[in-house]
Amino acid sequence: MNEQAQRRRSIRRAAITLAVAAALYQALSLSGYFPQVLMPTIPTVLETLYAMLADGSMFQHAGATLSRVLLGFMLASAVGITLGILMARFKPVENFFLPLVSALMPIPSFSLVPLFMLWFGIGNTTTVLVVLYGATFPILFNTWSGVRAVNPIWLRAAGAMGAGEHKMFWKVILPGASPFIITGMRQGFLRAWIAVVGAEMIAASNYGLGWVIFDAEQFLQADVMLASIVVIGIIGFVFERVVFGSIEKATVQRWGMVRMAKG
Amino acid sequence: MQEAGTITVPGAPERPAGAERWRVAARNAFPFIVVGAIWEIVAWAGVFPHRLFPTLEEVAISFVQLTVSGILPHHAIETVIRLLSGFALAAVFGVGIGVVMGRSRRAEDIFLPLVSILAPIPGLAYTPLFLLWFGPGAFAALLLVGFVSMFPIIYNSWTGVKAVKEIWVRSAQSMGADDRRLFRYVILPGALPYILTGLRLGLAQAWRILVAVEMLASVPWGLGWLIFGAREFLNTDAMMAGIAVIAVIGLCLEKLVFQKIEDYTIVRWGMMVA
Repeated sequence: MNEQAQRRRSIRRAAITLAVAAALYQALSLSGYFPQVLMPTIPTVLETLYAMLADGSMFQHAGATLSRVLLGFMLASAVGITLGILMARFKPVENFFLPLVSALMPIPSFSLVPLFMLWFGIGNTTTVLVVLYGATFPILFNTWSGVRAVNPIWLRAAGAMGAGEHKMFWKVILPGASPFIITGMRQGFLRAWIAVVGAEMIAASNYGLGWVIFDAEQFLQADVMLASIVVIGIIGFVFERVVFGSIEKATVQRWGMVRMAKG
Repeated sequence: MQEAGTITVPGAPERPAGAERWRVAARNAFPFIVVGAIWEIVAWAGVFPHRLFPTLEEVAISFVQLTVSGILPHHAIETVIRLLSGFALAAVFGVGIGVVMGRSRRAEDIFLPLVSILAPIPGLAYTPLFLLWFGPGAFAALLLVGFVSMFPIIYNSWTGVKAVKEIWVRSAQSMGADDRRLFRYVILPGALPYILTGLRLGLAQAWRILVAVEMLASVPWGLGWLIFGAREFLNTDAMMAGIAVIAVIGLCLEKLVFQKIEDYTIVRWGMMVA
C-alpha cells in the first residue's frame, strides 16, 4: 500500500474513532444513566458555547484569563532570562541563586496559592504571582544551561576577531543560547497555562475560564463547564502550535541554529 | 563547569577533601541564611500583620508540634500514597496504550485523535467535571491524577516504540524470533529510554497538580488539604510547615527519582547533557 492511501485510511479511521466516541458519549448522556445536568448532550454543550460566545461572556472570561497568563508569563520571562544569563555568566550569582532555585523549584506552584491568598487577597495579584512562580523555573533553567552550552570555540573566535563584551553578548551568546531559551519559554508557557486555570479555580475572582468552570460546578452546569474546557483547550493549542511554532521558525531557524532540545 | 570556581594555587598543598566539602556546604547554606535573615527582619518589623507573616521560630515550633502529634505525617503519607497510586494507574494504562499505539497502525489511528484532543487541555480544567461525575473525595482525586499524568507517558511510549530501528526488528525476525520474544528482547529495551522519560514526566506532572487537586476535591487527608484548610483559620505557621513538607517531598522526588532515571537513560543513550 502506498503512503498516500495509508494516510487516507488513517484519516478515515480517525474520523470514525471520533464519531464513535461522540456517539457513545451521546448515547450515555441520553440513556440517563448519569443525570442529564451532569452529562449534557453534545448539542447542548455546543448551544451553550454558542450562547456564551454570542453574549460576549466567554470573551470576557477568556480575556481575563489571557491577560493574567500573559502578564505573569512576561514577568516570568523577564526574571527567568535575566537571572539565567547572569547565573551562567557570573559565578558568584550562580553560587547564590542556584541553591535557592533548586530548593524552590520542586514546590508546585499551587501549594503557594493559599499563602498568596492570605497575603494578597483574592484576585488578579494572586493569580499573576502563581503564574509567575510556575513559569519562571523552566525558563530560568533552560536559559542557564543554554548560555553555558554555547560553544566555547565561538566565544574564542569572536574574541580573537575583536568582539567586545557587548557585541559578544548580542551576536554570539544570545543567538547561541536561543534554542534553549525558546524551549524554556515554551515549557514555561505550558506551566503558566496550567497554573492560571488552577489559580483561578482556587483563588476565585470574578472572571476567568478557570473560575467559570469551578463556579459552574456549584450550579451543576456541566454544559458551561464543558464549553469552557473546550475554549481552554483551543487557546492552549493555539499558543503551543501557532505562537511558539512561529516564534521558533522566526528566530531559531533564521539564525541557523538547529533545534537541540525538545520540549 | 561546576568545578570552574575552585581555584587551586600551583605549588600549594592540596586541600583535604573534608575541608572542601565544608566549603561547598557553607556556600550552599549562605543564600538560605541571607533569605532567612531577611524573612526574620520583615516578620519582626511588622510590615505585614503578624498572623499572616510568622517568624521562622513559630513555623518551626508548629512544624514540630504537628509532627509530634502525628497530624503532619498522616497528611504527608496520604499525599504520597495518592501520588504513587495515581501514578501507578497512569503508568499501567499509559505504557499499555502507548506501546499498542506504537506497534499497531490500527490502534494508532484509533487512539491518536482522542489523545491529541484530550492532552493539550490543562489537567486541572477537568477537576470540577470529575468531581461532578465521581463525587468529591479521594476517588475522584486519584482518578484525576492518574488521568492527567497518563498523557506524557502515552506520548513517550508511543514515540519510543516507533523509534526502535526497523533493522533490529527485521534481523530479529529473520533469526526466528516470535512476537513475544521480539517484544521482550528487541522492542521493549529499544523503547525503554523513551518510556522512562515519559514516566518521569508523568510523575512530575502528577506531583504538580496533586496539591491543587487535594485542595479542590476536599479529600479527608492530604498536604494540599492541610494548607488549604489552614487558610480558613489564618494558621499561616501550619501552612508554612505544610509547604515545607511539600518542598521536601518534591526535592526527594527530584534527587532520588528523576535524576536517577535521567542518569540511567543518558548512560543508555550514550549522551551527555550540556
